[in-house]
Amino acid sequence: MMGKLYLQESLSDMSAEFLQFLFSGVTLGATYALVGLGFSIIYNASHVINFAQGEFVMMGGMGTVFFLGLGLPMPVAILAAIALTTLFGFGLERFAIAPARGASVVTLIIITIGASIVMRGLVQVVWGKEFHAIPAFSGDEPITIAGATILPQSLWVLGVTVLLVLALRFFFEKTIMGKAIIATSLNRDAALLMGINVRFVLFISFGLSAALGAAAGILVAPITLTNFEAGIMLGLKGFCAAILGGLGNGMGAVAGGMIVGIAEAMGAGYLISEYKDAIAFVLILLVLFFKPSGLFGKTGTERV
Amino acid sequence: MTSRQKGLKKSLVALGMVAGALAVSASNAEAADPIKIGTFLSVTGPASFLGDPELKTLELYIEELNKGGGVLGRQLELVQYDVGVDSKKAITAVKRLVSQDEVDVIIGGSTSGATMAVVPIVEKAEVPFISLAGAVAIVEPVKKWVFKTPHTDKMACGKIFEDLQSRGLTTIALISGTGGFGKSMQGQCTKLAPAYKINIAASESYGPKDTDMTAQLTKIKGVDGIQAVVNTGFGQGPAIVTKNYRQLGMTAPLYQSHGVASKKFIELAGDAAEGVRLPAAALLVADMLPDSDPQKPVVQGYSAAYSDAYGGSVSTFGGHAYDGLQIAVAAMVRAGSTDKEAVRNEIEKTSGYIGTGGVVNMSEKDHLGLDLSAFKMLEIKDGDWSIVR
Repeated sequence: MMGKLYLQESLSDMSAEFLQFLFSGVTLGATYALVGLGFSIIYNASHVINFAQGEFVMMGGMGTVFFLGLGLPMPVAILAAIALTTLFGFGLERFAIAPARGASVVTLIIITIGASIVMRGLVQVVWGKEFHAIPAFSGDEPITIAGATILPQSLWVLGVTVLLVLALRFFFEKTIMGKAIIATSLNRDAALLMGINVRFVLFISFGLSAALGAAAGILVAPITLTNFEAGIMLGLKGFCAAILGGLGNGMGAVAGGMIVGIAEAMGAGYLISEYKDAIAFVLILLVLFFKPSGLFGKTGTERV
Repeated sequence: MTSRQKGLKKSLVALGMVAGALAVSASNAEAADPIKIGTFLSVTGPASFLGDPELKTLELYIEELNKGGGVLGRQLELVQYDVGVDSKKAITAVKRLVSQDEVDVIIGGSTSGATMAVVPIVEKAEVPFISLAGAVAIVEPVKKWVFKTPHTDKMACGKIFEDLQSRGLTTIALISGTGGFGKSMQGQCTKLAPAYKINIAASESYGPKDTDMTAQLTKIKGVDGIQAVVNTGFGQGPAIVTKNYRQLGMTAPLYQSHGVASKKFIELAGDAAEGVRLPAAALLVADMLPDSDPQKPVVQGYSAAYSDAYGGSVSTFGGHAYDGLQIAVAAMVRAGSTDKEAVRNEIEKTSGYIGTGGVVNMSEKDHLGLDLSAFKMLEIKDGDWSIVR
């Protein structure tokens, strides 16, 4: 009798623990998914892997801190930060990517790495090196579910991620602009012949990615804090998510993000917490060994 | 670089040749020459938050001393090199300080790495050296010419354990950052725990850039009988630990280290910081000290002088430089000369010096001279510090 009771109790303890790891996993995963989506959009439009994606994330968070500091109310500060980051996205395309139009994809990737260093430097000089916190959107009082707790902010992260993913699906499937981006990704020359303004597609995709990244950065900043370097790790994890799901596959990036996030939380909880950051990269290696096109990528789509 | 090396060689040769002559003329030269104080600090780079206030403090107080007529009737001259966080640069700088600049005393070394790298040089050159870095290894074991002013992480562990004892708490968990500071303090606390009859029932760690510690804390939460949690770490990590701690509804007292003893921590952790305790130097709570505290006028005076000269608020790091300079100057005055052996002996005899770091009583066996009273135990209440008595 006593033994049974004890067993039950320890079982519920264990499931609460598992649930706790799962909660922190999906929160992280949702952020990685948003960052990964940003990678996918630009990759689709240009076959460029934009290594400044993490810096878009950082700019979202730091921009919100800055606009809040000016005394703007929260919603206005958030919109202003997204607008500012989107401008940076447009600017990156117009002043760095577009002038190098004839260059190889590798050159363009190197340009984005340069852009990421410039953005980090700018933020460091203009807004400083210190860490900042954004107040949570609806308080810090944790919600208890079956012995585990989740922050209201995590629900914001999850909810907004779902909304953004749905909105993106609608955009790509139902709007002319979205279809134009898809068409460009499938066959750039054919799209050009069909009268699609390929340059404009590229321009829009950089802005869209920047806005998505900024949104991700703003959503997590109350949980993870932010500073000028906050985008490096988030960018790499988002990149892992995109690769894992198959580059260019939007829903794949979302799934990849979730897998990376949950694997990290479980790994830190049940295995060893010190090497949590390594888990995403081990996953990447495994996927590249056994399924180089990613879990949800089309096999054998060699793009020429 | 090569011309510098040549210069160094030249001066070394010259030094050897005229050593005897110098010894004879030393007493004549002393009257006119300034007293040279050498320093090598991390003024730029990642540790500039240490070196910057340290250099500013040295400059400020040397200027002030000179205005008041100097020391022993001679003016003070500061010879400084910025070494970033590069131990090799520190070695080069200290070699120049002792052989080329021929300084009378060295006050500097913002980081423990730079300090430990130059210890063999100053020991060989026999120049009194007061370090401004944290590691306990600098003064344990005692090295003849090496002293230091900052508190050690071992003292922070001691202070926390003392407070745990007074609250009757014996079983604790450690959660530590894997950065240099967190790791070192974790080691010190683990070593010191048996002496205070503290049982460390769980020990978890997190990467310095980690943004979510709920997994580690959930594991600690699952261990039976944990009465308090101690977080050793630096930077933003402890703020996230504190937030996650509250999120998980953990109610055992949470202790942070002196590494996060700044208003920034309260700002980042927000409401979650309420009730957190941490050891910190008196400088941080200058205005809250009781009037009976002998440190009060010292820390208030330094705080006001620094803020007046440079604006902004003081950090404990600048305070370490202030203490180092005051100890060195007092030793020279007592010795009545800048004879290196005499100054070293007088530094070792420093007793009852009231500085920003605490009351310093050095001895042959203790080249730091601070006891646990140098730390105040603070608790965060209503978004501000309060002193636990």
